[in-house]
Amino acid sequence: MSTNTAYYIPHKATWPVIGTAGLMIMLAGFANYLNGSSIGSTMMLIGLIIFIVMLVGWFTLQAKESESGMYNHGVGISYRMGMMWFIFSEIAFFGVFFGTLWYTRNLSVPWLGSGATKEILYSAYQSTWPTNGPGNVGGHFEPMGAWGLPFVNTLLLLSSGVTCTWAHHGLLANHREQLIKGLAATVFLGLLFVGFQAMEYHEAYTEMGLTLGSGIYGSTFFMLTGFHGFHVCVGAIILSVVLFRSAKGHFKPENHFAFEAAAWYWHFVDVVWLGLFIFVYLM
Amino acid sequence: MSAVAEHDDHHDHHDDHDHGPAKGLLRWVITTNHKDIGTLYLLFALAMFFVGGSMAMVIRAELFEPGLQFVDPAFFNSMTTMHALVMVFGAVMPAFVGLANWQIPLMIGAADMALPRMNNMSFWMLVAGVLLLASTLFMEGGAPNGGWTLYPPLVLQPITVGKALPFAIFSVHLLGISSIMGAINIIATILNMRAPAMRLMDMPLFVWTWLITAFLLIAVMPVFAGAVTMLLTDKFFHTSFFNAAGGGDPVLYEHIFWFFGHPEVYIMILPTFGVASTIIPVFARKPLFGYASMVWATASIAFLSFIVWAHHMFTVGMPIAGELYFMYATMIIAVPTGVKVFNWTATMWKGAMTFETPMLFSIAFVVLFTMGGFTGLMMSIAPSDFQYHDTYFIVAHFHYTLVPASIFILMAAGYFWLPKWTGHMYNEKIGQLHFWLSVISVNILFFPQHFLGLAGMPRRIPDYAIQFADWNMISSIGGFIFGASQLLFLYIVYDTIKGGTGEKVTDEVWEDASKHGLEWTLPSPVPYHTWTTPPSAVPTEHVLDTH
Ligand code: HEM
Ligand SMILES: [Cu+2]
Repeated sequence: MSTNTAYYIPHKATWPVIGTAGLMIMLAGFANYLNGSSIGSTMMLIGLIIFIVMLVGWFTLQAKESESGMYNHGVGISYRMGMMWFIFSEIAFFGVFFGTLWYTRNLSVPWLGSGATKEILYSAYQSTWPTNGPGNVGGHFEPMGAWGLPFVNTLLLLSSGVTCTWAHHGLLANHREQLIKGLAATVFLGLLFVGFQAMEYHEAYTEMGLTLGSGIYGSTFFMLTGFHGFHVCVGAIILSVVLFRSAKGHFKPENHFAFEAAAWYWHFVDVVWLGLFIFVYLM
Repeated sequence: MSAVAEHDDHHDHHDDHDHGPAKGLLRWVITTNHKDIGTLYLLFALAMFFVGGSMAMVIRAELFEPGLQFVDPAFFNSMTTMHALVMVFGAVMPAFVGLANWQIPLMIGAADMALPRMNNMSFWMLVAGVLLLASTLFMEGGAPNGGWTLYPPLVLQPITVGKALPFAIFSVHLLGISSIMGAINIIATILNMRAPAMRLMDMPLFVWTWLITAFLLIAVMPVFAGAVTMLLTDKFFHTSFFNAAGGGDPVLYEHIFWFFGHPEVYIMILPTFGVASTIIPVFARKPLFGYASMVWATASIAFLSFIVWAHHMFTVGMPIAGELYFMYATMIIAVPTGVKVFNWTATMWKGAMTFETPMLFSIAFVVLFTMGGFTGLMMSIAPSDFQYHDTYFIVAHFHYTLVPASIFILMAAGYFWLPKWTGHMYNEKIGQLHFWLSVISVNILFFPQHFLGLAGMPRRIPDYAIQFADWNMISSIGGFIFGASQLLFLYIVYDTIKGGTGEKVTDEVWEDASKHGLEWTLPSPVPYHTWTTPPSAVPTEHVLDTH
């Protein structure tokens, strides 16, 4: 029998290979789709379903094991380290796109409007920001302002950080109701955020002429906010799982790795948004 | 963490204890055992070594003589591209992850890796990534042929990609996920699973170098993933990241790529250093010279690797301040690298040396890696690099740092630890033959490429002017001998697993090895489960001078 003092080492694992197959089929399908092959979307769907089945199966297993007390302190530390370094890798991933924004705004766009490039290639081009480049790629567009929906979204995400922490306090103090309410509020605010962002995108595409194809401004704008929005969705899904588990009575004040991981992730997504608000919208 | 609980997914309580491996082939699919997964990684890497090697043989055959002989230029370029990708991501990196899986738990007194299920997944993600990449070989338009660096705008032209590009990009994503998961696991294992008696500054250098390498992996694999994601959107979703007309810049790709790419070369060399630092003291019968300085040198090399990337871009048209900065920063790397070479030499100094195959490969590594380091230093001089850049001189440089360095050390590691893992001794005669054939042919293969490069022969070209004919022919001959010699290694691995010389190896395998590392205190062959209770004391021979 397992005891709390032993480091739990599972003996075999069937979900990893299933999940890998799902992801691979999904990506191969996407590649086929991009190449214009008709089987692409079917493959993507099949891959996605396999992947979701894996997620449900694997997380259920982990939850069961955790609740039956199979994870000792050492296992908890390994999981926390895992999550921490995963978030670190995500920071590196976002770093690329922030770096791209910095480089294009401060280096490549000014270069395009000066020196030999201007004299020989693009004499009519005035380098400014926002820009879609000397080729006017994607045609006329309006840049996205900061003080409408984006500002509302900033407030939403910031308050969701607060509700998340409030839920955590509830969990620590064994106030289950506070835990559940706090989580539900966090998920709700997250979804609201995604909804507003969808509205923002809709407006950009239909009324402002701003698309992914609007030169470098459109590219960086949609890439950064898009990947962030995707992360909000993922974070909201993780939090919903945690909410669901909390409702089933899972987690104890001294044992709630899944909650912590979800909260860390959520705060990370929050901080990325602040960066976006400042560097993409404000400046 | 004292004792270790062993369970499977379904809690079958009757056989909680004394679990052997699962029966049949399924064992290898669902295993979470670090030794099984290490074996999978190593065998996969060995297979890819031969796949990538065959591509190199195609390259050398085509270059045997001037003119177009065997393959068409586009296929030739596919071969150079795929050779590099397969060797880097399919052979060298997985081989070191395989060694990490086998050795780290044994060396630090841990029962297994910290996150065994994820360990399984990172292996299969690797296979998935390589499958996607390899599938491009059979596609309309062939495999990617714009070079392993995948530079835009070249790689975005229809003629250079055909249908391959999205597959190559998603392959990079999967390989990235695999590496990141592997690296997270290694960090968690090292930091969380050490025997209580082992402090950080007691850890064998192989463990130290992997800890630092894992950090590099987590920091830069996402960067590469981001770069290729932008290639994907530029190609298929109308973005302008690398398109000047839209305000972007193809040079931006180079910056991002090399911000990944330079640390990537250290990802392949740091564990190499770690293995060399493990093997040399055993056969010199002395403690490693300068343990602490080795640790600090490794850490400083890793740190510097983040701030020197643009030495790959000296000719791209950087501002002069950039050229100067990257030139001096790159030169500084020679300092910690020199510390290491000095320490290996000093370890051997006045040692009671014997020259078994692993030691031979390690000594060759010290000498030949140093040559690669020197050519690196030459290329770090920006004005000189205008001459060397994109010529065979670079090809010679990085092959010296990778083949007689990383690959030789991987071979050395095989000879060194196979007896421990299998309980059988390899055939020393064939091992020595393998070594001498390899070390001679690798120099015939790569040394002339220095001359070719200095004389101006460009890399990645299937045909060349006739003044390059002689050295190319010699290089190709060296290449064929080198390629053929590696079949000996394949044979030795097979033979050793099957029983080798029949000689029963001791637990130590090598004389007094147990003074140097925990793994040699375990029985040979290593049982399926080890260190279910951690060792109470750890060998400290290698850290004598730090205590
Ligand atoms: C001793 C320190 C080193 C220095 C100073 C150094 C310097 C350089 C420089 C300046 C270049 C760019 C040359 C050019 O493109 O014109 C280069 C290329 C390269 N180096 Fe090194 N290097 C060093 C060590 C290593 C090591 C240890 C490895 C691998 C294990 C390595 C692998 C490579 C590779 C793969 C390339 C070529 C990449 C490509 O263009 O495809 N180098 N090195
Ligand atoms: Cu470099």
